[in-house]
Amino acid sequence: MKSRTLIAAAVLAAMGLGTTGGAGAKDKKDGDSASVKAARDFDKNPFPSTYRAYPSHPTLITGVTVFDGKGAQIDNAAVLLRDGKIAAIGGALADMDVPSDAVRIDGTGKFITPGIIDVHSHLGVYPSPAVQGHSDGNEMTSPTTPEVWAEHSVWPHDPGFSRALANGGVTSLEILPGSGNLIGGRSVVLKNVYSRTVQGMKFPGAPYGLKMACGENPKRVYGERNQMPSTRMGNFAVDRATWIKAKEYRAKRDAGKLEERSLAMETLAGVLDGDIRVQNHCYRADEMAQVLDMAKEAGYKVSAFHHAVEAYKIGDLLKAGDVCSAVWADWWGFKMEAYDAVPENAGLLYKAGACVIIHSDDENGIQRLNQEAAKAQGSARRAGIEIPDGEVIRWITFNAAKAIGIEKMTGSIEAGKMGDVVLWNGNPLSTYSRPEKVWIDGALLYDALDPKRRPVSDFELGQPGEGDVK
Amino acid sequence: MRGRITLAALALTLPFAQAALAQDMAVIHGRIVIGDGTAPIDNGTVVIRGGKVVAAGASVPVPAGMPVVDAAGKWVTPGLVLAISDLGLVDVGSVEQSNDSAPAKAPFNAALDISAAINPAAQPIAISRTAGVTRAAVAPLGTNAIFGGQGAVIDLGSDPRPVTAARAFQYVELGEDGARLAGGSRVAAYAVLRNALTEAKEIAATPAGSRRADVLLTRRDAAALVPVVTGRQPLYVHVERAADIRMALGLKDDFPLLRLVIVGASEGWLAAADLAAAGVPVLATPLNDLPARFEQIGATQSNVGRMAAAGVKVALGAYGGMSPVVTQYAGNLVALTRLPRASGLTWDKAFAAISSGPAEVMGMGDRFGSLRPGRAGDVVIWDGDPLEARSGVVKIYIDGVEQPLSNHQSRLRDRYAVPSEGALPKAYDW
Repeated sequence: MKSRTLIAAAVLAAMGLGTTGGAGAKDKKDGDSASVKAARDFDKNPFPSTYRAYPSHPTLITGVTVFDGKGAQIDNAAVLLRDGKIAAIGGALADMDVPSDAVRIDGTGKFITPGIIDVHSHLGVYPSPAVQGHSDGNEMTSPTTPEVWAEHSVWPHDPGFSRALANGGVTSLEILPGSGNLIGGRSVVLKNVYSRTVQGMKFPGAPYGLKMACGENPKRVYGERNQMPSTRMGNFAVDRATWIKAKEYRAKRDAGKLEERSLAMETLAGVLDGDIRVQNHCYRADEMAQVLDMAKEAGYKVSAFHHAVEAYKIGDLLKAGDVCSAVWADWWGFKMEAYDAVPENAGLLYKAGACVIIHSDDENGIQRLNQEAAKAQGSARRAGIEIPDGEVIRWITFNAAKAIGIEKMTGSIEAGKMGDVVLWNGNPLSTYSRPEKVWIDGALLYDALDPKRRPVSDFELGQPGEGDVK
Repeated sequence: MRGRITLAALALTLPFAQAALAQDMAVIHGRIVIGDGTAPIDNGTVVIRGGKVVAAGASVPVPAGMPVVDAAGKWVTPGLVLAISDLGLVDVGSVEQSNDSAPAKAPFNAALDISAAINPAAQPIAISRTAGVTRAAVAPLGTNAIFGGQGAVIDLGSDPRPVTAARAFQYVELGEDGARLAGGSRVAAYAVLRNALTEAKEIAATPAGSRRADVLLTRRDAAALVPVVTGRQPLYVHVERAADIRMALGLKDDFPLLRLVIVGASEGWLAAADLAAAGVPVLATPLNDLPARFEQIGATQSNVGRMAAAGVKVALGAYGGMSPVVTQYAGNLVALTRLPRASGLTWDKAFAAISSGPAEVMGMGDRFGSLRPGRAGDVVIWDGDPLEARSGVVKIYIDGVEQPLSNHQSRLRDRYAVPSEGALPKAYDW
């Protein structure tokens, strides 16, 4: 759609993700050698999104309860979707310019949320079926692999995408490399829309993320090979040495002295430039506190700690550092660094004023992020921390969008934002509720009431259960 | 549990035990869930005496002088029953020394008796208890053979006697896992299984006699399978694919006394008529809806509902994932009843599928799993609808003994209610 293209271009420009150039472009000198130019003026977006919003019909939902994703609950509201956007939200229909041919949906007893967003998914890179031929999430051949990009591993026919859509109302998701490496590679942000190509799923204008990991996984993977890192101090040493190199690379780049390109260093320099967001797998509080110091030393910002099972121990530090914690509701005990998990983690972080996200890291959990958030809300309540429903919905919508860097485009029900919307058949924080309809950029891509309005992956065609409710 | 009272004094000498005598009591004013598939009863009463349920219902009188627990505004249910678990075998999954769930290098398999390894003080027991679980079958998994060994049924009480029933069932892997363990093919798995059952029959026929020269099982393993072939011990068979379910059901043609229980059964809905006709119960993995393996291509969340509708005796069993909240799985089955074309369970049946249902499949429905008279005094009081994700446990009793809700997690929560250090380091706050 034309408007989509224009917006995407504008967003790209705003984020410094234009097709060429970069921080070094302003230093461009005509006398630079060809190799210097190549290292500096490379294409920053060589695999551009080809996603376009699918056709939509103006749609008006009335009498519905809205959780707007930014903390508010609006009862008996009307929401108008038009031209792929959220056109209007409010109580008074008179204020809305409702097209005469709009589809009208009675939302009485139903709820609207922004499309659910998962900040931590491995769909596509660890797809179903989980066979070795599909195991593409961890490039465990070196402890730092910033040069790899998750999008080159995504299998766009993972059946998991459809379950996340139909059962979880997930409309956007960040696909991360695994945590076997200290620096695992770039993430890719997707619209949850099947396509023949990964480019056809890529969220237009979303910034890249960089997956990093603390703790047990990297030191185990490489320690077992008698290779560095085999300890947590080894983890930090390798990380810091890598950032020192990245800073040198960036300084050279800015001085116009680079002689060759480095995929690895381009990514790390992108982090130091502030264009690429660090998504850091880290369980223990003490390690997170040290990562914050390391980030300060290297000159980057951690966008979110993922898993963060001990984040509740340092909610004050995380608030001060403006770092989100992307947590599970209640996973616990499966490894040593998860031993101090508590089901009140999210609630205690909320109480400390820190940014909370509920993430999945799981092809099943992504189907129930709403319920995971509800569990955390219930555990908090029993610990004396009352959290309004609207704030809890923020954990799986706006806050996730913020950590990914797409919050200006999606993640809340606000006029002008992408028409990424879920209509639930009851309060989404009830276990008994499910998505009834899911729109992505205004296009109805799941409808529980229409057997054909659900995606069936290539893999499932002609197999037992094709097109089943799942 | 029998023997609990005489052991209570001994328990006091153990550091972790807080065992107390079962208190006779009446829980009043609560919304009572019997757990047998009947509808909840408002403003009901549950009477516990001698550690057992005496009566539960709407117009049950409170015996004179009996202490009462007021559950006004609360839900009162039987304790939940986990049909397949590793509770008591594991402290931390990835810490090998703390994990007894996979005796992969043991010289025996079918003979292994998991009850010997149960640690009632393991945190996973305490944490599952706070999620409302009072009984669990502990399944032996992860040997180097298709037979996992003999599972135990335990209670989750905070006392040193966890075992309700040792050697309660035998566990066998068929399907993809069985194929791998038996030599790389389902063909091998079925051959190994049939041979083992045949060797067991031979031992049963001549217990003291000499054995054939070409036996494959150790005597102990073969002898351990005698209760299986004679129908005294259930055989839990893990299979997912519809074809594997049918193959497993076919075992009864040659071994008619087998008491089969199908575990997993992601494609059970595609073999529902066969399961129902055979009268073989299923401990289903709920909510599997992905083709995680080729043997689960037909997986759908509607599996349990469809099997139940076809007349299969189905309870929830093998839970995947890292969360202890089994009520969430049951609640999702209720959600499915509100979705067009989907199949789920009514609330009443869904709750039964995590209480009396698994107890009955274990063959212990007369001992626990519901609040019907004579069952163990395993009672949970909830702050709301127990199948709602937001609800949680307020009080819990096992065999009529009130249980602590405190555990490693709750202590951490309290210590870090305010994260910053106080006048002394956090380590002094306990």
